Amino acid sequence: MSQPIIRCQNLYKVFGINAADLSVDDKGMVEPSILERTGVVAAVKNVTLEVMQGEILVVMGLSGSGKSTLVRCLSRLIESSSGSVEIEGKDLGSMSEKELIDLRRNKMGMVFQNFALLPHRTVLENIAFPLEMRGMKRAEYVERARKMIDLVGLEGKENNFPRELSGGQQQRVGIARSLAVEPDIWFLDEPFSALDPLIRKEMQDEFIRLQTLLRKTIVFITHDFDEALKLADRIAIMYHGSVEQIDKPGNIVLNPATDYVEKFTSDVPREKVLKVGSIMEAVTSDEDVAAKSVNVNDRINKIAEYVLGQNLAVPVVDDMENIVGVLHQNHVLKILFPDSE
Amino acid sequence: MRALLRHGLPPEKRFKGYVVLGMIVLALTVGKHFNLVPGFLDELPQHLEKSSIDKLGDAGKQTYTELVPVDLMLDKVFYFIRDDLGFSYVTRFLSKALKGLINIFDNILRGGSKGFGLDKPPWMALMLLVLVLGYALRGWKLALLSAGTVLYFAVFGLWKFAMQTLALLAASVPISIIIGAILGILAYKRKSVEKVILPIVSVMQTLPHFAYLVPVVVFFGIGHQTGVIATIIFAVPPMVRLTLLGLQKVPPEITEAGRMAGCSTRQLLYRVQLPSARNEIMLGINQVIMQCLSMVVIAAFIGASGLGYRLLHKLQSLKIGQSVEIGIGIVLLAVVLDGLSRAWAEKLRDYTANQPFYIRYKYPLMIAGLVAAAILMSKYFPIVDKFPKDLTITYAKTWDAFVDWMVLNWTEGLTAFRYFLIVKMLTPLRDALLFMPYISVMILIGGLGLILGGLYSAALTCGFFIFIALAGWWDKAMITAYMVLFATFICIVIGVPLGIWSAMTRERTRKALFWCDTFQTFPSFIYILPVIMLFQVNDLSAIMAVIVYAIIPAVRYTVEGLKSIPPELHEAVSMAGCSPRQRLFQLQLPVALPHIMLGINQTIMFAFSMVVIAAFVGTIDLGQQIFKALSETNIGKGVTLGLCISFMALAVDHLVTRWARERRKLLGLD
Repeated sequence: MSQPIIRCQNLYKVFGINAADLSVDDKGMVEPSILERTGVVAAVKNVTLEVMQGEILVVMGLSGSGKSTLVRCLSRLIESSSGSVEIEGKDLGSMSEKELIDLRRNKMGMVFQNFALLPHRTVLENIAFPLEMRGMKRAEYVERARKMIDLVGLEGKENNFPRELSGGQQQRVGIARSLAVEPDIWFLDEPFSALDPLIRKEMQDEFIRLQTLLRKTIVFITHDFDEALKLADRIAIMYHGSVEQIDKPGNIVLNPATDYVEKFTSDVPREKVLKVGSIMEAVTSDEDVAAKSVNVNDRINKIAEYVLGQNLAVPVVDDMENIVGVLHQNHVLKILFPDSE
Repeated sequence: MRALLRHGLPPEKRFKGYVVLGMIVLALTVGKHFNLVPGFLDELPQHLEKSSIDKLGDAGKQTYTELVPVDLMLDKVFYFIRDDLGFSYVTRFLSKALKGLINIFDNILRGGSKGFGLDKPPWMALMLLVLVLGYALRGWKLALLSAGTVLYFAVFGLWKFAMQTLALLAASVPISIIIGAILGILAYKRKSVEKVILPIVSVMQTLPHFAYLVPVVVFFGIGHQTGVIATIIFAVPPMVRLTLLGLQKVPPEITEAGRMAGCSTRQLLYRVQLPSARNEIMLGINQVIMQCLSMVVIAAFIGASGLGYRLLHKLQSLKIGQSVEIGIGIVLLAVVLDGLSRAWAEKLRDYTANQPFYIRYKYPLMIAGLVAAAILMSKYFPIVDKFPKDLTITYAKTWDAFVDWMVLNWTEGLTAFRYFLIVKMLTPLRDALLFMPYISVMILIGGLGLILGGLYSAALTCGFFIFIALAGWWDKAMITAYMVLFATFICIVIGVPLGIWSAMTRERTRKALFWCDTFQTFPSFIYILPVIMLFQVNDLSAIMAVIVYAIIPAVRYTVEGLKSIPPELHEAVSMAGCSPRQRLFQLQLPVALPHIMLGINQTIMFAFSMVVIAAFVGTIDLGQQIFKALSETNIGKGVTLGLCISFMALAVDHLVTRWARERRKLLGLD
């Protein structure tokens, strides 16, 4: 497994009181009595998480859950009150202004909910903006920006102003801008929430396409559980500033850690979320199996019809065609009809 | 009780509060009639006028009977700053620098460039310049209007004065913009600066024009540079406010996007925040230009030459016809400057990177070419160079004849009208206000503050009036208050229904807003002119001028308030089967009321500022005293009087905006 790119430990963000006033115990926890006494609410409460190289971590939570605050602490757009954030092993909080600017100019990109395009700059100039800040030569940054425009499919719109574009196009510009510096770390703060459902779906597919191309390390914020399930390698569910559960989508659906998480998972069509791997059984050597196998990464809804049509258990193979387990019909039935006895 | 002190009365108990308050005030006033109010609660010691002291025989020796000689104290402070602290060196230096700057523009506009061997720049060059400029920025209409205005100055022989005014503007506008923008940025960056600057800006924006003139004259003497300094001081506050507002309105996400792009603090400000605040900043620049023009006209009183000086001169010698010609010139200038700066502000940048040089810069090239051509031609065709004197015309005689005719034919009607207004309305109102014991006015103001905003508001509004009481200007302040009250009343009675009528159709709305915009660009002093034409010089004219000037916001805010009602509400009301009348009274007025109240507040602010200018045509209130202070260059008195007016305005402003803001919140409009 690759090493964590982002690591945050016992992260707190409390608005309204000074960070120095928070006394921290040896485990890095802020004493809850302080929060009670001052009556302030922590926007981010004791969050510890890691994001691996090339992984998409989706932070899911409803409004006011602290997810936007969390991502701003991870990018140090706001200072955290307590706890630490490390980027590639370097402590973010202790970086000087110059180091931080350097980091943002080279390593980080961010996409915003309302696009945050500069109204006085054209599409091309918006995308080139971080490069310009870096001091890149004009010819060079124009060329790079054009590549980005091709990447997000906005050819022909280079000289338009943001106000002349549709919401989906604007967010493509936002995405292109955040990718222009070729960052390793990509923050997306509810990037598709302001878009219409159809456009949103299109942009999600676009996002998946880009990620298979680029393999960035991603923190993706959303309030949409379906979106989280669709895009995430892992999901962190936030509630009142704390992370309730952080796990793979399948595990969250199958084993919700708290009542709160369960509320989200109860209506989820599990067959669309779960992969074969999460419900298969280990192989027993003496068992007869069907001739045709299924892949361990297939979603249940894709293979259900085939599996249910078999009399025998179905072998499960990984990408190298090695048998890693078997799938019985009743496994699939349980997923399809979870409420029946 | 504690809730009352902190937040004022809750909305459902307000009405009772008003009734109780009204009864207390009434009781005190009636009580006075029966000699039940002790003298120390009734009359305040007043500032004795020097002339009355003279009559008493104490010539030369000033005796002040007011409780606190605020003006003498201010005098001492100002003279301490000027003489003891050596501020006069600074002012002398500033004067010199500004004089130099004004001279530069004056040379270019009037003196002519010796380098090109010109006596002065050809008038046709300027006309062609604004013609192309107007076309490039907006289109033919603005181009023709601008060129027509230049032509007007040439044809009516006002060229010299117009150029003087332009030179003063050219010197004061850029400086005001720079100072205002810097202060606005500082206030945005540092909360502490904002906390200091904003209240000062508020006081400065409510101080009447003339209050600025007195201290400026004391520090800088009389002349052009003083006019420019007064103008700059007057024009900076709106720029500060709008720069700050624009920066604060930049969405946090945009700033964050800038920071994530790796902007340094400098880059963030210049490349992200200021450009994003463009609209407000451009509006600020437009405001600066209009305020500067307004003040440059008034600066005539302290010797700044130009159109204003000419107008003042002609008005004082009651040459109405010539005054009207100059007045129209000033109005045209205002409309053109407003039009050009607004068009420039709204001009969206076209992307021109791929266009060849001569297309990208076609308008600047065109202007340069035409101006060069005009200069060249002026050597051979004198008409291009200088508008021939025998071609200049004047309609002054016609105007004069018109005024004479009016006086002859309308006097009877007007006199009856005047008599009715003065005897039946103005005098009783004034006497009532003067009769009221000061304590009841104080209770009224403080009580309103308490009901609307708790102890803080009460203390603030009372504090403003206590200043007036202590400074010894109570009676004069009440006279000012009565004029403002009356003018406001008339403005509401005429302006609000006019606004309602205008908001009925789209076409009317457009027209109403257009005329409000246009009238608002006129320098305030101009409003004196038609009033003098109609009513000659007396107290009624003063109030008329105030009404004409202050009615604009009442109309505008009514229209805007009615227009801002969401269409769903209209649909809902239609489905409930409302008649037009019910719609107006059940939906439109209640929902628009907070906005209309803000308009009335603006009307009151306008009235306070105009009252002082109107004093020029004869009143006996604070305004007249300010004029006196100006002519005596009595700095302490001038500033004190200015503050008295500003404080009354601020007290009203505080109460009304507080009410309106709360009401909007209650209606869920914010």
